[in-house]
Formats: sequence, structure tokens, C-alpha cells
Amino acid sequence: MQLSNMEYDKMVKKYSPGSSLFKDCVWAFVVGGAICTLGQALIGLYGYWGADKLTAATLTSVSLVFLSALLTGLSLYDKIANRAGAGTLVPITGFANAVVSPALEFKSEGMVLGLGAKLFVISGPVIVYGVSAAVIYGVIYYLMGLVA
Amino acid sequence: MEYLKSFVVGGLLCVIGQILVDKTKLTPARILVGFVVVGVALGALGLYQPLADFAGAGATVPLSGFGNLLAKGTKEAVDSQGLLGALTGPLTAGAAGITAAMFFGLLVALIFKPKDKA
Repeated sequence: MQLSNMEYDKMVKKYSPGSSLFKDCVWAFVVGGAICTLGQALIGLYGYWGADKLTAATLTSVSLVFLSALLTGLSLYDKIANRAGAGTLVPITGFANAVVSPALEFKSEGMVLGLGAKLFVISGPVIVYGVSAAVIYGVIYYLMGLVA
Repeated sequence: MEYLKSFVVGGLLCVIGQILVDKTKLTPARILVGFVVVGVALGALGLYQPLADFAGAGATVPLSGFGNLLAKGTKEAVDSQGLLGALTGPLTAGAAGITAAMFFGLLVALIFKPKDKA
């Protein structure tokens, strides 16, 4: 069967699941919301066990990162992500997934330049730009304190 | 009630991400970077903390909340250490999350075998 590029595009659109923006957004909303609700439940749990507010929030981040790393290892996270899109990308679990996924995939290229380096393929830029933005804020905040 | 608030706010932040995925050519990596940097900026302007106070995990679990955490930690470090705090604050605030991701990432990558992407 011969298809022009346009016809092919049409077919791809028709048969790719969840291709409509609205459907994608509903999935992202529900799954992303659910992950955040799980986070809220964990904050409550750690608080109940006697952690102060900051510690409870930190333990929650660590727990979610652990859970996401594990699910990525079991190749379940990517399955959920296929449907949930940004619902699994935007929460901190998406960050953890972005650390584990390339590390696992490039393990065969060696422990140092494979696993070790690829761990940072996506998380590296996130850390570099996030931390640098915070450094700039810190300098501005310091200078404002001098003037005031 | 606090569960509903975190569900709705967290869900909405993900919808913003989804619109960026569908309507722009931004890669997931760029979207993650964007969320963190915007979170730092909103945190620096004092705009993110009210959302975090309102929505709890709905605002802190998305990566923008991680950015806010970096900004908050930097402010506190500058308050106690002066200019040096601008360098020590960000990673100190993000230490648990970043280290957990690195360490668990290493463990999982060592233990599990990569599967073919379906």
C-alpha cells in the first residue's frame, strides 16, 4: 500500500491511543493528582509517626523517589507513563524515573561511562539549572539585604 | 479536604506539563528543567509558598515544588551565612531528593536488567 506523508500522518493520528489533547490532559490530571495525593498521605503518615513538617515532607520525597525507582526497575513506571504522559513526568517521581531509566538502559556500556554518566543525562541539566537559578536568587537576595 | 486540594492542584500542574508536551516541541528534559527553574523563580518572588501552604503535596511533589524548596533553602542559608549561603543553600535544601535519586538509581540499575522498550 502506497501512502503519501499526509495520509500516513492521518493514519498515525487515528490509531495512536489518547492522541487528543483533552484525553491526554484528563490522564495527566488523574494520575498526577493521584501521585500528589499519595504524597499527601505519606506526609500525614510521617507526621503521625512524630516527624516535624519539614522532615515529613523530606521523607515523603525520598519515599516517592524510591517507589518510582523501583517501579522503573520493574518496567512498570514507563507503562503507566505511556498513558499518563506529564502526569508521571512532572511529579518528583518523574525526576527519579529520568535518573533510573537511562542508567538502566546504558548499563551495558559500562559502570562508569554507561550507568554512572547516563544517570545524569536528564537529571544533570535539571540540577544545573535549578541550582544555578537558586544561586542567582541567593546573590540578589544578599545584595538586597545590603541595600535595605 | 487536604487530599482533595493536593489532588486538584497537583493534577492541574501536570495538565500544564501535558499541554506543553502536546502543543510544543519541548522534550521531557526541557519541561523538567522548566518546572524547576520556574519553581525557583516563583519561590524567590514569594509566590509559590502560599500555593504550597494551600495544597500541601499537590504543590510540593511536582518538580516546581522542588524549585521552591531550593529557593527557600537558599534564602535561609544567606540569612545565616551571608553570601556563602548562595552557594551552600541550594544543594543543602535539595540534598535528600537528589541523593535519594542518585543512590536508589544506582541500586536499581545494578539489580534490574533493562527491558526492550515496548
